[in-house]
Amino acid sequence: MGHLSYEESIKKVYQGLILLGVVTLIEVGLSLFGKGYIIGGVEDYKAVIYLVGLGLIVLSLYKAYFIIYEFMHMRYEVKGLALSVLLPTLLLIWAIIAFFQEGGSWKDRRDQIQEKNAEPSDAQGMLPDDVYRLENFG
Amino acid sequence: MATTDTVVEHEVHDDKELWSGAKEPFKASYGKLMMWYFLLSDAFTFAGFLIAYGALRFSSPTWPVPDFVFKTHPFGSSELPLIFVTVMSFLLIISSVTMVRGVQEGHRNNTKGVVFWMLLTILGGIGFLSCQAWEWTNLIATEHMTVTRNPFGTHVESGVYLNDDGSESDEVFEAGASYLIHKAGGHGHGHGDDHGDDSHGGEAHSDDGHGDGHGAHATDPGDYKGHVIDNEGFLHRKYKVTEGPNEGMVKYESFGPKSFGALFFFITGFHGFHVFSGVVFLFIIMINAASGLYVERNNGHEMVEKIGLYWHFVDLVWVFVFLVFYLL
Repeated sequence: MGHLSYEESIKKVYQGLILLGVVTLIEVGLSLFGKGYIIGGVEDYKAVIYLVGLGLIVLSLYKAYFIIYEFMHMRYEVKGLALSVLLPTLLLIWAIIAFFQEGGSWKDRRDQIQEKNAEPSDAQGMLPDDVYRLENFG
Repeated sequence: MATTDTVVEHEVHDDKELWSGAKEPFKASYGKLMMWYFLLSDAFTFAGFLIAYGALRFSSPTWPVPDFVFKTHPFGSSELPLIFVTVMSFLLIISSVTMVRGVQEGHRNNTKGVVFWMLLTILGGIGFLSCQAWEWTNLIATEHMTVTRNPFGTHVESGVYLNDDGSESDEVFEAGASYLIHKAGGHGHGHGDDHGDDSHGGEAHSDDGHGDGHGAHATDPGDYKGHVIDNEGFLHRKYKVTEGPNEGMVKYESFGPKSFGALFFFITGFHGFHVFSGVVFLFIIMINAASGLYVERNNGHEMVEKIGLYWHFVDLVWVFVFLVFYLL
């Protein structure tokens, strides 16, 4: 706090309110735009969906930064405190990449199983171990 | 060498001061520092939940579209996608701002100001919880979503719905269109009033209506010409696929990905529980502040600052819950 006068810090709080409100409204507008509510038909383009998603994530991260640095006063804390709280969250980047990859892999496997199940199961031209598999596991 | 010696001496001197107590690491009090570390661990818990949501969503061929699921609101019958949940977000943002004001008044030892702004913060929190209660009630009681059942489905093929006599209706849909599976016979009460009579009332059902227009159907489980009613009384409408390898096939609407219900109720519930405990603690600390306890402690109302950190964190988590559940 320290370096700001009382009046200045009050003014800053209400500026923050307006900023967060406007960013939230932009987010909702962007999300509805991406779903084709504002201009119909845009939701069919993959690029639009990706760009809207990226924009939403960036805006949310900005809101998070603002809340932590201004409202929670992280800006005015000692650097070591800020680092000891913020650096561990970098691990989450790894977790997000790893688990989203995993989720995509589950989907691929499920699709593969469905494809295989849909194939006609005539016994002709099968290898011996395929027959064995069929006999044992139905 | 002389310079090194002085440095070593200086360090030893500093160490003595470090170990003599009354020195705060990171220039923050114990309580504030531990609040930060608690919030860090809590952030990991929430991140675990949200990453699970992401992984399961990625693993699903379809996922309920948020602007279809969250378009209801208590202000009338028209449908406004995402508007109600935006109101909820604003309640949390505003209560965060009133909290900052409370902390500022605390630094000036202005008890009256602290109590006033904390009261507004509590009202914001209660408002948010009330909105969430309405949202949950609507999802559970009207739309029949539970932890293990998700009636919000998405079509993966284009098709045309069938009338009650099995003929094609004029209701066509494209792949990616959303639907909500209703209970047969309106809102789930009234069983067996229309025994065996499913052929009348062939009016078009609204694709996205909420439980209206289905009163004329029989409610007994069974395979009917235009729909299937399962043992729990849900009406799955039949349709004919009009595109792709399954063209001409008659299928019926299936439930959406099951994990959606569990993820929604657990994650928003866990967040709501944080808001609830926040309101309880805000209330206790407001009473203490009103009694003048924190003026006596003469530490700039640090307790108000600590609950403030917690309250901002609740707002912070909502930013991400809002992002993954409602916006993306």
